[in-house]
Amino acid sequence: MNIKKPDISPILDVRGMTKRFPVGVFTKSKQVYAVEDVSFTVRRGQVVALVGESGSGKTTTIRMVARLIPVTEGKIFFKDEDILKTEPHQASLEYRRKVQLIFQDPFSSLNAVHTIAHHLARPLIIHKKVSGRQAIHEKVCELLETVELKPAAEIAGRYPHQLSGGQRQRVAIARALAVDPELILADEPISMLDVSIRMGVLNLIERLKEERGISFVYITHDLASARYIGDQIMVMYAGHMVEGGESEAVIGRAVHPYTQLLLSAVPNPHAGLRTDKNSKARGEVPSLINPPPGCPFAARCPQVMDACRQAMPEQIVVEAGHWVRCHLFGAGGRTVKTS
Amino acid sequence: MVGLAGESGSGKSTIAHAILRILHPPALITNGQVLFQGEDILEMDEARLEQFRWSKVSIVFQSAMNALNPVMKIRDQLTDVMLNHGLTKEESAKRAVELFNLVGIDPRRLDAYPHQLSGGMRQRAVIAIALALNPPLLIMDEPTTALDVVVQKDILEQISSLREKLGFSILFITHDLSLLVEISTHIAITYAGEIVEHAPARELFENPLHPYTLGLMNSFPSISGSKHKLTGIPGSPPDLVSPPTGCRFHPRCPKAMAVCSQTVPARKQITADHSVSCHLFDQYQ
Repeated sequence: MNIKKPDISPILDVRGMTKRFPVGVFTKSKQVYAVEDVSFTVRRGQVVALVGESGSGKTTTIRMVARLIPVTEGKIFFKDEDILKTEPHQASLEYRRKVQLIFQDPFSSLNAVHTIAHHLARPLIIHKKVSGRQAIHEKVCELLETVELKPAAEIAGRYPHQLSGGQRQRVAIARALAVDPELILADEPISMLDVSIRMGVLNLIERLKEERGISFVYITHDLASARYIGDQIMVMYAGHMVEGGESEAVIGRAVHPYTQLLLSAVPNPHAGLRTDKNSKARGEVPSLINPPPGCPFAARCPQVMDACRQAMPEQIVVEAGHWVRCHLFGAGGRTVKTS
Repeated sequence: MVGLAGESGSGKSTIAHAILRILHPPALITNGQVLFQGEDILEMDEARLEQFRWSKVSIVFQSAMNALNPVMKIRDQLTDVMLNHGLTKEESAKRAVELFNLVGIDPRRLDAYPHQLSGGMRQRAVIAIALALNPPLLIMDEPTTALDVVVQKDILEQISSLREKLGFSILFITHDLSLLVEISTHIAITYAGEIVEHAPARELFENPLHPYTLGLMNSFPSISGSKHKLTGIPGSPPDLVSPPTGCRFHPRCPKAMAVCSQTVPARKQITADHSVSCHLFDQYQ
């Protein structure tokens, strides 16, 4: 599905991004380690899927990229510009134009008392894309047609409650498109939608990527949809990125025990319910408040070693375009063997 | 284990609630029969119903994580139902420990309050409550929707092994068809309040007949095999206040014919255990 063009420049390059939230009523003595040392790159016209269970730090990661919350540590390069340095306190209007967000819940991300036209006209006016009543109306209709909402003029006059969930999510996408963004951060855009209309929204994202060269960061907990739409997949666990790379490599030749666990848990009608007697990785995501050192998956990992409880392993390349952070690989570990 | 699959608003949960007669007014069951071991549930009086619910059919609700009372210990919520159905204090205390062992929670956690348990454990506790009286039929209304996929798989495995061990039947309601194909023996597909297709799970997966079922099959990306474009189903589910005339799926159906918008298709038996309601199969009896 994706034709690789090797020297496409990165549009977003996140390095060592970390977020800690202080907790505790008066003392703020404890910290939630929400995101730890996360690095990834999004190239122009690519979809990068962040996959993980709830609480793994996916949403926190893109909220930091969108500059909705401050970054505790790390760097964000947007088109080779260190934006935390050039715009240290608040993102510029220009950055907010180029980086747009789509939220999970289309029922609460639109304002119930305003028409669809109002939602789409706001960004056009704020970012001074077009002016004049007639020009705005034309642009709104054009946007609605782009996201396949027809008849556009009629939809524009409606209120959010008159649309279905899928239609609302398309309005949210149109709103993001209004300002010609270069990167769209989509936070579980289909998880609240009915199953029969999910593919329509995913195919729309795919089309925008291909026709307009927009890059996407697609957040999901569903590996199958990540594989369907993602050029790259990054797997997150308890705030850490544990494995990543070209999506076929990550899905087909997963090496991290957590990725393998996730893959074995995806319902697969072709195979029937496989009861993995070997899978000892029971249990749930650990608490992120002052976690012990080492790999966060150590407590559940069936192949845990002493080293795992001491330090988080460095990133190791297992094959071209596929890396992992696991002590099983690299120095001291066993040689790379994919299953 | 029978699976009931459909989108939100397709009437899955309403069917479950109707079986237990726990529909909220103004909802009324206007027509039909629900036969349980030969007895019509809809004909039961209140006293009989009270005795029937939970001892014969119990239910695990969709929001099982919130189905527990936050200010009562799990132990009390578990024994409550048994005491109401005539067990003594000692018997129910013993049974509570038994049940927790059965669903894989340390019985010491019986004295915990719901907020002290994780989502997965709460779900297990709710399943333990449903199994308290050993009912022959368990209705599970989206029991794993709110859970992460790894926990979901754990719980599904547990349910399957409990079913084999204890021999109860399950009516499993979900919107996730790929899940149903994996775990259930028969599947019924609902659309806009009607069952449109009913078949053994394998048969339905390999040979779906109704265009809606086909569309659903085309809505789940796969984790293995070759990658191909999936189309989903165009349009959105209908408003049931004024459902489409004729076949309720016809406005979204790629194979709609003139007759589809006029008459409601009758249910046709294609093979002994595969039935479908669609005009494409009108030549069958």
